[in-house]
Amino acid sequence: MDYHSPASFAEASALAANATGVTRFLAGGTDVLVQLRSELVTPDTLIDIKKIDGVSDITRNADGSWTLGVAATGAEMSEHAELSRDWPGVVEAMDLIGSTQVQGRATLTGNLCNGSPAADSVPAMVAAGVTVSVTGPDGTREVAVEDIPTGPGKTSLSKGEVISAVNIPARGNNAGDAYLRFIPRTEMDIAVVGVGVSLRLDGDTVTEARVSLGAVAPTVLLVEDCAKAIIGSTLDDAALDALAAAASAACNPIDDKRGTIEFRTEVAGVLAKRAAKIAYARAKGEKA
Amino acid sequence: MSKLHVTTTVNGDEVDFLCDPRETLLDCLRDKLNLTGAKEGCGTGDCGACSVTVDGRLVCSCLMLGAEAEGKTIETVEGIADGDVLHPLQQKFIEHAALQCGICTPGILVAAKSLLEKNPNPTEEETRYWLAGNLCRCTGYDKIIRAVMETAEELREAS
Repeated sequence: MDYHSPASFAEASALAANATGVTRFLAGGTDVLVQLRSELVTPDTLIDIKKIDGVSDITRNADGSWTLGVAATGAEMSEHAELSRDWPGVVEAMDLIGSTQVQGRATLTGNLCNGSPAADSVPAMVAAGVTVSVTGPDGTREVAVEDIPTGPGKTSLSKGEVISAVNIPARGNNAGDAYLRFIPRTEMDIAVVGVGVSLRLDGDTVTEARVSLGAVAPTVLLVEDCAKAIIGSTLDDAALDALAAAASAACNPIDDKRGTIEFRTEVAGVLAKRAAKIAYARAKGEKA
Repeated sequence: MSKLHVTTTVNGDEVDFLCDPRETLLDCLRDKLNLTGAKEGCGTGDCGACSVTVDGRLVCSCLMLGAEAEGKTIETVEGIADGDVLHPLQQKFIEHAALQCGICTPGILVAAKSLLEKNPNPTEEETRYWLAGNLCRCTGYDKIIRAVMETAEELREAS
């Protein structure tokens, strides 16, 4: 295995484009090193992107949007008061992953590129409308988070492409987000179902919404029918029931030891309601 | 394949070693630097027995490559005591018998010290969550939590 620590994303991209065999990018390493050790994935070329300038930065841009370096860790996100105020759902989702030790290393980009349908931060990012900058041999393009995973462990990134930044939109006024997941215990487990909701209000009425489901299909889903169920409503019981029905209808889960198809389908609806209520309360400026 | 030359600071001393790119920081600490305090439990970041701090941040040394330590500042359990004088946490662990077999203890001491540096007045719940990534199969955790809470209290009174 060759270890490289390039000084720029262009260099990282070129290394990957010219590499033969299995290539992996190394950010926090909390998945890559586990796969390396268990001999699931033994890279021929490992490209550590942490020596690139600015990769750990969390920056609020002039227009209120955020740019996160690809090596910014969960711990750094949770400690960032302003980011937590703007996007509590995204920060909480990232914070749910692993232990204190894992939080010290794990990154949004790693969670996304690992390609797990149960990745906690991904539904929250999809609901928030997050995009990633992808640097490749032909330059840099911006891609919506929901367009990155293509199946368990698979992404749409092609040879030589590397995610070079995470772009979170400006939060704006009267808006809130939330992420909830179900696990069989209280801490350190993999989501059986995850739901991200982001919405904006005009008075008491929902004017914009994005709802995303995790762990109930081969990829994280952005569910338009869920958004439609609550846009125009005041999140009354009828709207919440319609939201739950749309969430359950979008599920295409597997049966496994952690949850049956029936259970995951039911819980997706329940969590969608609860997450929407939290996002709504946050949009109203209430503590939730 | 040629080995990588890594220069890093461990417990205040600048050290260097040669490592294979696949070797973890834990492998390098134990096998190159003879610092065998950090233990390999699971090797996959679940048990916390290999906990160290890197640039002040608590991490599992099994989830980091030795090569990534270049230019970093690393603290391990060997750096906690001041010569023969134990750190208050170590003293309290003995008083409370907060260990039996001892395999998890170095990682828990490093993790608990990191907690108290960040938050000198943690609640029991915060302490339990902070240490959730450090598994102990002997004590049932209560003695560990009591030792950490009492150390926190004494350190607050002393400062």
